[in-house]
Amino acid sequence: MTAPSLTFATESPARRMWRRFLRHKLAVASALFLIVLAVIAWAAPMSEHLLGFDAERVDLLARMAPPSLAHPLGTDELGRDLFLRLSYGGQVSMAVAMAAALGSAVIGTLFGLLAGYFGGRLDSILMRLTDGVISLPLLPLLIVLAAIDLEKLGLSAEMAASENAALYRIVVIIALVGWTTVARLVRAETLALKNREFVRAAVALGGSSARIIARHILPNAVSPIIVATTLSVGNIILLESVLSFLGMGIQPPIASWGNMLTNAQDLIWTAPALAFWPGMLIFATVIAFNFLGDGLQDALDPRALN
Amino acid sequence: MTRFVAGRLLESLVVLLVMSFVIYGLIGLMPGDPIDEMIAANPKLTSDDIQRLKALYGLDKPLLERYGNWLVAALQGDFGFSRIHARPATEVLMPRLVNTLILMGAATALALAIALPLGIMAAWKPNSAFDYGVNLFCFAGISVPPFWLALLAIILFSVKLGWLPAGGMATVGEGIEGAGGFMDRLTHMILPVGTLALLTAGGFIRFIRASMIQVLRQDFIRTAKAKGVGPARLLFGHALRNAVLPFITVLALSFGSLFSGALITETMFSWLGVGKMIFDSVLGNDFNLALVGLLFATLMTLIGNIIADVAYAWVDPRITDAPERARA
Repeated sequence: MTAPSLTFATESPARRMWRRFLRHKLAVASALFLIVLAVIAWAAPMSEHLLGFDAERVDLLARMAPPSLAHPLGTDELGRDLFLRLSYGGQVSMAVAMAAALGSAVIGTLFGLLAGYFGGRLDSILMRLTDGVISLPLLPLLIVLAAIDLEKLGLSAEMAASENAALYRIVVIIALVGWTTVARLVRAETLALKNREFVRAAVALGGSSARIIARHILPNAVSPIIVATTLSVGNIILLESVLSFLGMGIQPPIASWGNMLTNAQDLIWTAPALAFWPGMLIFATVIAFNFLGDGLQDALDPRALN
Repeated sequence: MTRFVAGRLLESLVVLLVMSFVIYGLIGLMPGDPIDEMIAANPKLTSDDIQRLKALYGLDKPLLERYGNWLVAALQGDFGFSRIHARPATEVLMPRLVNTLILMGAATALALAIALPLGIMAAWKPNSAFDYGVNLFCFAGISVPPFWLALLAIILFSVKLGWLPAGGMATVGEGIEGAGGFMDRLTHMILPVGTLALLTAGGFIRFIRASMIQVLRQDFIRTAKAKGVGPARLLFGHALRNAVLPFITVLALSFGSLFSGALITETMFSWLGVGKMIFDSVLGNDFNLALVGLLFATLMTLIGNIIADVAYAWVDPRITDAPERARA
């Protein structure tokens, strides 16, 4: 850490964060990479238009074709265009991960605020629950959660069987187990903030608990939430890809990077190249989110530096 | 200390009990039930038969009562029969448990062998080119999709080079005995163990590096340096000892994620462990086996947590005095 100089004092906090973030070259590169990736993924309908066919078109005469002008990344075992399927898969993988990360953040923030602010028995119950969830073998549990029959939970047959049910299910089950990190961070932050002068002043002035939490504590606990959520997006993309790869997550015909690799495993002897792109994209996206989270941590929460 | 350990044991027992109920409930929510499987096997069953079978298996009773019955039987060691294997579920589980522990033990040992030197050397010169490279390696290890890493390993070493078997635990049908059989098993271990170790090492390195940097900043290190202690002695004699203590906790706490990694590795390489067993039994509607597998996986992680807590308290006596454990 450099010693604060006079120029820093006149700098707004937002500018200072921005400057610190820009210093983190890998994080900046990762942010740019993710933006480009998202633009390409969500421009899939335009790519379809340009290439002149859609992502689901099966061309049995051009199976496992190498990259060409017509197929920028080649075709898969059914002759579908790899580039277009990767674009749509990217939409699914990224949207699912962000929704699940957001869900986890909301649950975790709520638990952390309640446990930290009210303390006592509520705190110990919520923290025992957190410890319990952390100690679980995550993947086997997610596999069972992904396998449960939604009809037995009272959903109608058509809702349970709809294509989007698998999407929502993944988001919900990951959010249900993924909130623990945020809960712990927010609790720790709340505990620290609770005894600061401005919070005690608000209490003395007769502010209600809800108001104090919402106006004074939450805004000051936002940095760790943002950092933890960014880091968790990467993790969730990994989890989703594992589940989809195992056939328990996003179901074909909806493409996700994970389920595109399911067939690749059977084809490693005939078409090992098919295994490359989906995995590479998962890898690159996850590592980019991790670098981004790292950079955000340096920018938003410099105290946490080592 | 004894009170502390007893308290942790009791707490874990409660967690295990709660989890057994949750898992029991979740397995009950999986598609179909044992009667469905019988109907599929024997279409001649009438609806009267089905009612009688349900009563026979207690499936007409409410969830709590069914759980109670299951728990009483389970406490006596009876976890029911596996549908796929047609044997008692515990009989299927035990050899799988051994295989998983072999895989996880070997992978942890290899991960440590990678992580200790890299972490220490990175901490010796923070922000050097070497440190930067190690950091990239860590991020890669944390970010790579496990099944993809396994696929790449199979493609490289089995498909392209043909050096190593793509999966399984021994060459089928050869029946190699003695030293040759041992070598055969060993070659089957290389890819799964290597994959799992690479997935695990990244997190280890980051912790060892951070922990070493913290220790190297302390006064006694400066004193040792001033006295003229050489770098090797300083790192391994003075610093490592202090840095590695909190790492015991990390090691024990990584059990859950290691098990998740093992599940994927086992599935990819057809390694007959508990993780693959859980996955296969969920796919095959083998309720009893899935239940016992999940329960043991939970039990193992809980034991890991207890070891972590006790080891930490043993290393740092201040912990047992504090009523609440420090939380990050």
